[in-house]
Amino acid sequence: MSPAPSDTSPAAASIDRGEVKKFADLAQRWWDPDGPMRPLHRINPVRLAYLRERIDAHFGTDAGSFRPLDGRTVLDIGCGAGLICEPLARLGGTITGIDPAAENIAVAKLHAEQSGLAIDYRATTVEEVASGGERFDLVLALEVVEHVADVPGFVASAAACLRPGGLTVFSTINRSLRAFTLAIVGAEYVLRWLPVGTHDWEKFVRPDELTRAMRAAGLAQDDRRGLVFNPLANRWSLSGDTAVNYFLSATKPGA
Amino acid sequence: MRRAVSEETRDLIIAGGGAAGLALATALAGRLGAGFRILLCEPAALAASAEDGRAYAVAAGPRRFLASLGIWDELAPRAQAMTAMAISDSALAALYRPVLLAFDGEIAPGEPFAHMVPHAPLIAALASAARVAGVEIAATRVLEAVPEAGTMPARLEDGRTVRAPLLVAADGGRSRLREAAGITCHGWAYGQSAIVATIAHERAHGGRAVQHFLPGGPFAILPLKAPDGSGTWSSIVWSERRETAERLISGDPVRFEEALAQRFGAELGRIDLVGKPKLFPLEMRLARRLSAERLVLLGDAARTIHPLAGQGLNLALKDAAALTDCVQDAARLGLDYGAADVLERYQRRRRFDGAAMAAMTDGLNRLFGLPGPGARAVREIGLGLVDRLPPLKRLLIGEAAGTQAGRGVQR
Repeated sequence: MSPAPSDTSPAAASIDRGEVKKFADLAQRWWDPDGPMRPLHRINPVRLAYLRERIDAHFGTDAGSFRPLDGRTVLDIGCGAGLICEPLARLGGTITGIDPAAENIAVAKLHAEQSGLAIDYRATTVEEVASGGERFDLVLALEVVEHVADVPGFVASAAACLRPGGLTVFSTINRSLRAFTLAIVGAEYVLRWLPVGTHDWEKFVRPDELTRAMRAAGLAQDDRRGLVFNPLANRWSLSGDTAVNYFLSATKPGA
Repeated sequence: MRRAVSEETRDLIIAGGGAAGLALATALAGRLGAGFRILLCEPAALAASAEDGRAYAVAAGPRRFLASLGIWDELAPRAQAMTAMAISDSALAALYRPVLLAFDGEIAPGEPFAHMVPHAPLIAALASAARVAGVEIAATRVLEAVPEAGTMPARLEDGRTVRAPLLVAADGGRSRLREAAGITCHGWAYGQSAIVATIAHERAHGGRAVQHFLPGGPFAILPLKAPDGSGTWSSIVWSERRETAERLISGDPVRFEEALAQRFGAELGRIDLVGKPKLFPLEMRLARRLSAERLVLLGDAARTIHPLAGQGLNLALKDAAALTDCVQDAARLGLDYGAADVLERYQRRRRFDGAAMAAMTDGLNRLFGLPGPGARAVREIGLGLVDRLPPLKRLLIGEAAGTQAGRGVQR
């Protein structure tokens, strides 16, 4: 298996050190739905609804069933404290959650144990997993791309972890004026949903840039969807509008 | 995926094998598939009870829910379509009882607003559907359940402790789990009891239900299907002051039958009692909350209402349908369906319906319980008005049929 990660590992080239520290500071309070990660808790059901839709479409599972991921392996890149890993484990998947921040992994392990869920959490990077040769049926990179230093390199490593015939879903924030206004000025400075400094607008990625990186990594994109916040209804929903938050879904041809 | 400990785990535990618990189990097993492991605990033998005289007016909305569980076809031969309902308000001795309000017809072409279904075949059909759907039914009861972080351990009478993310208290009007969770009720006894009996009569009822609002309390004649398929059986729900009811049922059988015949009227010809009449105390009890940590109330555990409008079973089935939706919506996304936000969603959907129905039946009972000719004049004006105002009448029929948009069962 892959060697233990260390700060000097050359494979961790796509990780930005300052970014890792920022989230590790928040880790303790990840699981508090009214804590600093409240925005993630709010969008989580919508993110899961999108994942469920893609899973059913790709693997041909019944949309109402309880365990569509039975017998499937899942890699969640940048799993944080496990907000996506735990639901997917309940859906029957064999889950590996990776995050470069050891503190996140410690929090995630603790919480999974409380939830009675067996999840393989590792403080490592996607480059390490890719070089270790493991392949998964479903690879997720949700709200991660906007925090990595080398987007094409990161996407290539994620694609390498995907079994041919597998499904991958990315989500991130567009580099648009609206995204700047909403995600940084709005969410960080005005509404104080997120700590100031959570996001760096320079690192936001346009859908076309991410699509290009996915294509270069041998992935075939099969869906693009927006995630929008309606301030009047105070709720998030899926939409065709990808100007701020968006998902890209792709498959790996073969098998 | 689950913890490897000596304690057993399930995905859901249901305490109580009445109509509400069985319907919930069957619906969730059918929707989420056999991978969703449900344990239903019921100490009494299911479906073993012979006809006990009780029958339910299953409204159109809940009937569709039963159809979605695949059991309506099995029940249909025993179900009597209720195609008309007449309400009268008379002094006991009146020979002619003018009809004040008549609900007539169907809520949709070919769909009567309610069917009368006897208790025993309903429970038997639900129990066999639950078993076929893979629900595990254990002949035991939940003794104690104290929530822990992320899980509810249920200590069972058979010595086991079984854990699940959510425990459903469907253990009836005197729910012990509700009490142990510290959920209090508000309500009152009516000081009335209901005599419930099955009556065989000479002439067919034609699917017509009758409610006589007599001075001692409402007397309902509800059409049943006789074993030979004819319309010559009815179920009666006869409300009286508690002492009067007790005196009637434990006294001289000849006197009882005389009193019965006087109230039943002569319209359907000669009448005979089928089996022994039974006595049920009438009370109203509304739980102040429908959930506690990792515990949710269903059916009679959530509220017991006056049986006047026959809505107890309908509310229980609507509870089951609503909780099925709430649990499935969360479970299909892998979310914790025992979490407070999911239970709050169920409570928001169900609390108003139950309270509104309780208030309506209670109000009707009190309105008709008022003595004196002045009160009768008020009632006649009131109901006459309802009869002349089609929209209001439709609303009342819709309420009785359980198909009100937004609150009824929608599948």
